[in-house]
Amino acid sequence: MTSLPTTPGLGFKPEHFADIAGRPGAVGFYEVHAENCMGAGGAPHAMLDALRADHALSVHGVGLSIGGAGPLDADHLARVARVIDRFQPASFSEHLAWSSHGAAWLNDLLPLPYTDATLAAVCAHVDQVQDRLGRRMLLENPATYVTFAQSTWDETAFLAEIARRTGCGLLLDVNNVFVSAVNHRFDPRAYLAAFPLHAVGEIHLAGHDTEDLPSGPLLIDSHGRPVADPVWALYAEVIARTGPLPTLVEWDTDVPAFDVLLEEAARAGRVLDAARQGQADAA
Amino acid sequence: MPPDPAHRALQAQFHAGLWGGPVPDGVTAPAEAEAARRFNVYRNNVRHGLSRALAARFPVIEQLVGGDFFTAMAGVFAAQHPPETPVLLAWGEAFPAFLTAFPPVAHLPWLACVARIELARGRAYHAADADPADPAALAVGDPAGLRLTLHPSVALYTSPFPAVAIWRAHQPGAVPGTPLPPGPSHALIARAPGFQVVVEPVDPGTHAVLTALAGGAPLGHAAGQTDPTPALTLLLRHGLITAITTGDAP
Repeated sequence: MTSLPTTPGLGFKPEHFADIAGRPGAVGFYEVHAENCMGAGGAPHAMLDALRADHALSVHGVGLSIGGAGPLDADHLARVARVIDRFQPASFSEHLAWSSHGAAWLNDLLPLPYTDATLAAVCAHVDQVQDRLGRRMLLENPATYVTFAQSTWDETAFLAEIARRTGCGLLLDVNNVFVSAVNHRFDPRAYLAAFPLHAVGEIHLAGHDTEDLPSGPLLIDSHGRPVADPVWALYAEVIARTGPLPTLVEWDTDVPAFDVLLEEAARAGRVLDAARQGQADAA
Repeated sequence: MPPDPAHRALQAQFHAGLWGGPVPDGVTAPAEAEAARRFNVYRNNVRHGLSRALAARFPVIEQLVGGDFFTAMAGVFAAQHPPETPVLLAWGEAFPAFLTAFPPVAHLPWLACVARIELARGRAYHAADADPADPAALAVGDPAGLRLTLHPSVALYTSPFPAVAIWRAHQPGAVPGTPLPPGPSHALIARAPGFQVVVEPVDPGTHAVLTALAGGAPLGHAAGQTDPTPALTLLLRHGLITAITTGDAP
């Protein structure tokens, strides 16, 4: 399983570096996007070295296009491997999504239909990543705005089968579950009841934006505001079932002061502490 | 494993749809009529994300042309020169040449030169690390035969326009209304210890000395008839000499 601590963690923002250095251990781990570490050197590398001295590190990729129809980009997988070798993170994770087409990088996490053929492609890609990196990876459930008529699998069964075939772990993004549930008008609790929680090695929480469509709300996974109350409620229900899990709060646009992120992390910490207390009481 | 033709065809349609093609076959939603509106979220994410990535690398260009114009121009650039890898910190190398050829900014011929400064600064920020050499080695033996290895971040910049002054006028703390010097500009762009990227204006002679030194010429040859002191002082001040070897050393 993952070796991230079962504590709150935060997405690392360079503008918070001085705040973090002044309060080492304020959260148990920091997560960085693999692609932001792919320069040759300089401040980004030095900041990660300093972060690593006091905290566990999670490297989160956005560029492997694991849900792509074509072969994985071997050059990019080699770049990821260099980042993993250089910074030795406790965890590496990627997305159930695709993001490149031919020679073009599309800069978004795009959805795929869930079919026997796409399942085989995703599993082959996860196998290739895990073989190349020599470690187990986590795969994250997506936030989506459309679905596909071609799909023959439920997303939860699709993810469970990927985990079963490849041995990978899963990264459960509870905000993504809520965003997709509202967007596609399904019950997030039914989704979570069907989710293979035994495979989850990390949780993500983030804020979303809301637009209005004639048929109802359309939520956008914007990572630009506090985690919404319904997402906190779903998160607490998950943790009550799983026990404490490493929990990352993501905030990537309109990034606020570090203290605001710490408040979000503390709220996750209270949920984790309650689960620990529950386990202790039961023992 | 051979790629699934249906999956490949769908992703080709999806890609085309992101850049103005129709919504791909099979894309659906609970209210079917809203599928296109939902697909627009992906179209907007791609454009907005790339526009912000370009603005992060070329913030002075965004200031110079204004946010709305920059966003529209970034959309044209991204369609013509999409990123070829997921490493967005390296995207935008083609932007200065694009600006030279983009008709709506043809009346701003110096804009591409300002963009080249920002490009060099980004390269310097992410360049490989190297520790400064002990400057005492400069005082050993015949200085004319010494060769210097400069820090990997070092770039020598030149423009037929006062682009360096324009760039500096758009930095925090710049004094508004400072008159621009006429004519060409030269600069040393590099990353100092402590990771600050510096843009140091230099005179043409110092630029020539620095360019020769960066090319591996021995100090005596690099200087020619020019006094090498300003070039050496600048390099030493920013810790940009990483090795000092005598002329016959490799």
